[in-house]
Amino acid sequence: MAFAAFQTAEAVPQAPKRHSRIALLLLLPGIAYLMLFFLAPLVSLLLTSLQAPREFGDIGQFDYAFNWQNYVTVVQSYLPHIMRSFGYALAATVLALLFSYPLAYFIGVKARRWPMLQALMLVLVIAPFFISFLLRTLAWKQILSDESFVITSLKALSLMAPDAHFTGTPFAVIFGLTYNFIPFMTLPLYTTLERLDLRYLEAGGDLYAGPFTVFRKVTVPLSMPGIVAGTLLTFIPAAGDYVNASRDFLGGTDTQMMGNVIEANFLVLLNYPAAAALSIILMAAILVLVGLYVKRAGTEDLL
Amino acid sequence: MSVREFAERGADLELVGIQKRFPGFTAIEELDLTIPAGSFFALLGPSGCGKTTTLRLVAGLEEPTRGRILIGGRDVTDTKSHERPVNTVFQSYALFPHMSVLENVAFGLKRRRIDDALGRAHEALRLVELDHLAQRRPAQLSGGQQQRVALARAIVNRPALLLLDEPLGALDLKLRRQMQLELKTIQEEVGLTFLHVTHDQEEAMTMADTVAVMNKGAIEQMGAPAELYELPRTAFVANFLGQSNLFTGAVAGSTDAAIAVDVAGTRLTVPTARARRHQGQVTIGVRPEKVTLHRDAPAEASDRNLIGPGRVIDVSFSGVSTQYLVAVPGMSTITVFAQNIGSGPVAAEGAEVWVSWQVEHGFGLDDEATEPVRFAADDDTRSIAAQRRDALVAELEEH
Repeated sequence: MAFAAFQTAEAVPQAPKRHSRIALLLLLPGIAYLMLFFLAPLVSLLLTSLQAPREFGDIGQFDYAFNWQNYVTVVQSYLPHIMRSFGYALAATVLALLFSYPLAYFIGVKARRWPMLQALMLVLVIAPFFISFLLRTLAWKQILSDESFVITSLKALSLMAPDAHFTGTPFAVIFGLTYNFIPFMTLPLYTTLERLDLRYLEAGGDLYAGPFTVFRKVTVPLSMPGIVAGTLLTFIPAAGDYVNASRDFLGGTDTQMMGNVIEANFLVLLNYPAAAALSIILMAAILVLVGLYVKRAGTEDLL
Repeated sequence: MSVREFAERGADLELVGIQKRFPGFTAIEELDLTIPAGSFFALLGPSGCGKTTTLRLVAGLEEPTRGRILIGGRDVTDTKSHERPVNTVFQSYALFPHMSVLENVAFGLKRRRIDDALGRAHEALRLVELDHLAQRRPAQLSGGQQQRVALARAIVNRPALLLLDEPLGALDLKLRRQMQLELKTIQEEVGLTFLHVTHDQEEAMTMADTVAVMNKGAIEQMGAPAELYELPRTAFVANFLGQSNLFTGAVAGSTDAAIAVDVAGTRLTVPTARARRHQGQVTIGVRPEKVTLHRDAPAEASDRNLIGPGRVIDVSFSGVSTQYLVAVPGMSTITVFAQNIGSGPVAAEGAEVWVSWQVEHGFGLDDEATEPVRFAADDDTRSIAAQRRDALVAELEEH
């Protein structure tokens, strides 16, 4: 009885199976693409991560091996960077959610009566994409640099200590990450809130729930698909980001994230196995975290 | 009364001078209404007449532009919906899709921190015979089951006033009959005050003790179903609540007992007590089932109105009864319902017939006679068909 949903799910495999050559043919380009640009690089990365330095070789010369100690070494030397990556990404995701939810709620629910306003606000959310995010991040570096109007004014007003900086601090990096990924949070939230049936909220009020309880018990659970999609779209790229935390942009020596370390190992230190091992660790960690999160959020019935 | 407590019994509902304007139109012009505690009250009207707005005002989902709302003598006009001792069964049910049936039913109890919320929710589900589906999601239930869950979710809170917003609209006929009975039984058992909004005249008449017919933001007539049906006050009520044959003419004479009206040369009488207007141009009417069809000219009798000869222009057989449309020169088409006591229709299309009815079955309306019939029952398919036919006949006659 209660398993009616599963019964239908079981019924599907009983449908006549047809192995069509045409279906296979149509799938071929997709499969080829995935093999060439996803599976092959992944295998190559995995093999690189296990390489050992060539005996009597130059810097940057490695041989294929099964040197799993690479993983231990990178975790030992870069643990702070790994923790920092996920910490910053988490902070940026939470901040983006806090800023985006009211914004998406306003566009998707309150502005429903004015489609023009809705369209205009959506354009404003997407507008930053018209300029490369490298340029926008550089612009923030200018705006928030020590000599900038903003910072000198804050110092003149004694709101900042005379010798304090903003760029190069964790705040600046989290600020940059939040700023850059906010549209990825706002848009999925908007799409679910736009479809939110307000009659459920009325029913909540009718059943003695005050506005805050209605929000907590009805609005948030019903917008869960948007929250999950938005947080994933923000957290995953933010955890691997190497632009905002870079010294050339908003970061400093103490704010380096995994992306920066991987970049440095690949391009400066020429320690390819370490960079590859770090990449694999980053991917695996994100996979595990996201898996746990999606399971926990329990949005299966809503998706 | 606090929302923390269960209502011991239903409460009176009083609407005093209510007006509701939306940007661009007025939904309710001026509404005064008192619904006594423990009654089953139906607000009946076509779509757009303001009945749903009235319900939403009582539920606290809209604010009135003017006027006061009192529940059990307490002014609740300025309280929010969650602070009112009122529950609603929504037209769309509005069951929370992310909660099980049981959680849906227990929602209101939990918000009011009432002990043993789940136990009471199970009890309410047993009442609507759905306890075995308590763990399912609303989406896994049929329309009728969802409707019963919505009912259980409202009733479990024992509100002083239960609002029903066309809750049976989506159900098929058989299930609707069953639910009508169940609702009536629950109302009598629990003794709550029910305010039922519907556009289905049959539903309103079978279920409610008192029916108020609403039109264009105002109540046209209010009373017991039989009273409203037997003695409609306006052409709108006469046509919305069942069908009517209406005739307009000048009063040609009157006694203490009856008035006589001249309609296209035919003299029709109606008891003075059943007529609202006694002079000038008046509209009188009679229900189709009170009209008798004659194939031969009957003898004139003082206690019967006789019209004819006319021609049968349509015969529609519906099993229990047959509906005849009779065209009489100078008058609008007359509808006759005849029980199929014999076997099948007694007159064929094109036959020459006379129609008659007992004088005491007629009624006189309050409308200004010059005013055209104000309302064409837009969602009664039978009357739409009849109107189409009238129009077609008129068109054919022109050619």
